[in-house]
Amino acid sequence: MSIRIENVAKRFGAFQALAPLSLDIGEGEMVGLLGPSGSGKTTLLRIIAGLEGADTGRIWFGSRDVSELHVRDRRVGFVFQHYALFKHMTVADNVAFGLEVLPRHERPSSAQIKQRVGDLLDMVQLNHLAQRFPAQLSGGQKQRVALARALATQPEVLLMDEPFGALDAKVRKELRQWLRQLHEELKFTSVFVTHDQDEALELSDQVVVMSHGRIEQVDEPAKLYASPQSRFVFDFLGHVNVFEGQSYRGRLNQGQAWIQLPEQHLDSGELYMRPHEMRVTANPTTIAHLPLKVMAVNPVGAEVRLELVPLGWETSSPWELGLSHHEYQRWSLKRGDQVYVEPSKAHFFSQHTAAPSEISWPCTSTAGVVEV
Amino acid sequence: MSSSVVNSNDMRRPRHKRVLPGLGLTLGTSVLFISLILLLPLSGLVMQTAEMGWERYWFVITDPQVVASYRLTLVSALWASLFNGVFGLLLAWVLVRYEFPGRRLLDALVDLPFALPTAVAGITLATLYSDEGWYGGWLSGELGIQVAYTPLGVVIAMAFTSIPFVVRTVQPVLEEMAVEEEEAGMTLGASDWTVFRRILLPSLWPALVTGAALSFTRSLGEFGAVIFIAGNMPYVSEVTSLMIFMRLQEFDFAAASAIASVVLGVSLLLLLLINIWQARFLRRFQGR
Repeated sequence: MSIRIENVAKRFGAFQALAPLSLDIGEGEMVGLLGPSGSGKTTLLRIIAGLEGADTGRIWFGSRDVSELHVRDRRVGFVFQHYALFKHMTVADNVAFGLEVLPRHERPSSAQIKQRVGDLLDMVQLNHLAQRFPAQLSGGQKQRVALARALATQPEVLLMDEPFGALDAKVRKELRQWLRQLHEELKFTSVFVTHDQDEALELSDQVVVMSHGRIEQVDEPAKLYASPQSRFVFDFLGHVNVFEGQSYRGRLNQGQAWIQLPEQHLDSGELYMRPHEMRVTANPTTIAHLPLKVMAVNPVGAEVRLELVPLGWETSSPWELGLSHHEYQRWSLKRGDQVYVEPSKAHFFSQHTAAPSEISWPCTSTAGVVEV
Repeated sequence: MSSSVVNSNDMRRPRHKRVLPGLGLTLGTSVLFISLILLLPLSGLVMQTAEMGWERYWFVITDPQVVASYRLTLVSALWASLFNGVFGLLLAWVLVRYEFPGRRLLDALVDLPFALPTAVAGITLATLYSDEGWYGGWLSGELGIQVAYTPLGVVIAMAFTSIPFVVRTVQPVLEEMAVEEEEAGMTLGASDWTVFRRILLPSLWPALVTGAALSFTRSLGEFGAVIFIAGNMPYVSEVTSLMIFMRLQEFDFAAASAIASVVLGVSLLLLLLINIWQARFLRRFQGR
């Protein structure tokens, strides 16, 4: 079932939790609400569920206006961050709860309920723990029970509030993959809240980035990372290297550093560059003069991460740059070495326009790009 | 390898060394005071009873007037604790779940029955519920319900003095209960009543039963608040504590102790049963 949010706003006393915002969620989509704490993502989720009332605006499930509907009549599955399992009931009773409280004419027979609970527990691979109490389960198991419980009544909308937030990294990764598979199978429409960008990018069909009660950007994960529409989204998603400068003679200048700008973009402002959008050079090039010192080399994972501090100019935080292991060996960089870098691609936020413009530079001949 | 060496060193360290100091001193003091203010008087009571033979003991505690007082006391205490179980839960609920002007005041008022001398409570209740009193006049005049000098009066006095037990045991449990469990129930389609019956009440149950049981045992021994409103008619509205008092006035200390020992026995047995039941009930919450 598709979800349509129209001009929904919410205020807690003097605090504007949600500015009026609208959002369309397609049927069968998995959408992540991503943002720092206090950005209003949980409030929005609770309003969709009906656990919180919106001050203004309407919520539609398909063609059904559910704005005035009580949470129990909205028929959503809801998963809480801290599981919220019923402590005094066994795992099986927890899962059966939603079926047992159905109105008499809709309620399956107790044999059918038992059968269905068994199927659900098979699905979450916990049938061997059916008679345990929640206190006897691990965090990951509890959250799977909570999911089974939420899916018992076959809701068409599944809402999850930081579903993996209280779990450790390894369990979290497993559950993510598992949830993704489950979604492929059952095709429910799902909205989940997270502050973990990896989680949002990995699980979602669409990511909604929020800050200060507003929607910053709605996009597919890959697009979101490749072309953020605001400084906030840039900062929030992954590392970004920022170069702030004054335009002068076709260049963006700061201290001893400069970067060549194409004619049509010439203005003072900030260049945002991802770690993979830059390359190391032995000498300054015709594109850029950016002297940096290697502060740390971190050879963990698929690439070697360099932490760089500027020499003779300034940045608000150290720059990061990723090299392949092969490339890294060729350069044989170590702490304290001086290097130059040049950008290949960047987003330019000029001081006069809100939206960024994309800039790319050709590969210069002196650049030390490694042939693959 | 190195970590296993460290572990074996740990194993060799003397085991009796505790991290938290002061066990001997604090436990010793506690046991001393428990002996002085609890066990010593209790054993005095038992010894005084022991002076009389079994036959005399049995004769004293099965006196028809005394047996009638047992019945009245037990039945009244049961009704009082049932009433308190319901009303105390409601009061605790209101105090925890809602914000309203005067909440702090109401919260403080709950302790009043504990703070008030029971004789004061007794006189007040007796005056209010007598035929000339505000409630009593209306109740007997309009509805024909006689409260003062009847078993009903005993129930009211018992309920009044022991309601804080229920409120104060349920309140903290209610405060700690996560709202999310109720919300989870609602998202699953449960009605308010179902949420209360199947989610809230089972979590509150141990505290509620404990509170009601405390209220019950306290009511068994209530004297000051009860005797004024009870009217103390033999076989009708005499409570057991009054029987003890009467034997004392007759300077028959042994008989007084004998009756007291029955009350004591019932109270102790009840507390023991409640504790056993609660330990079993709570086990599932702690995952054992």
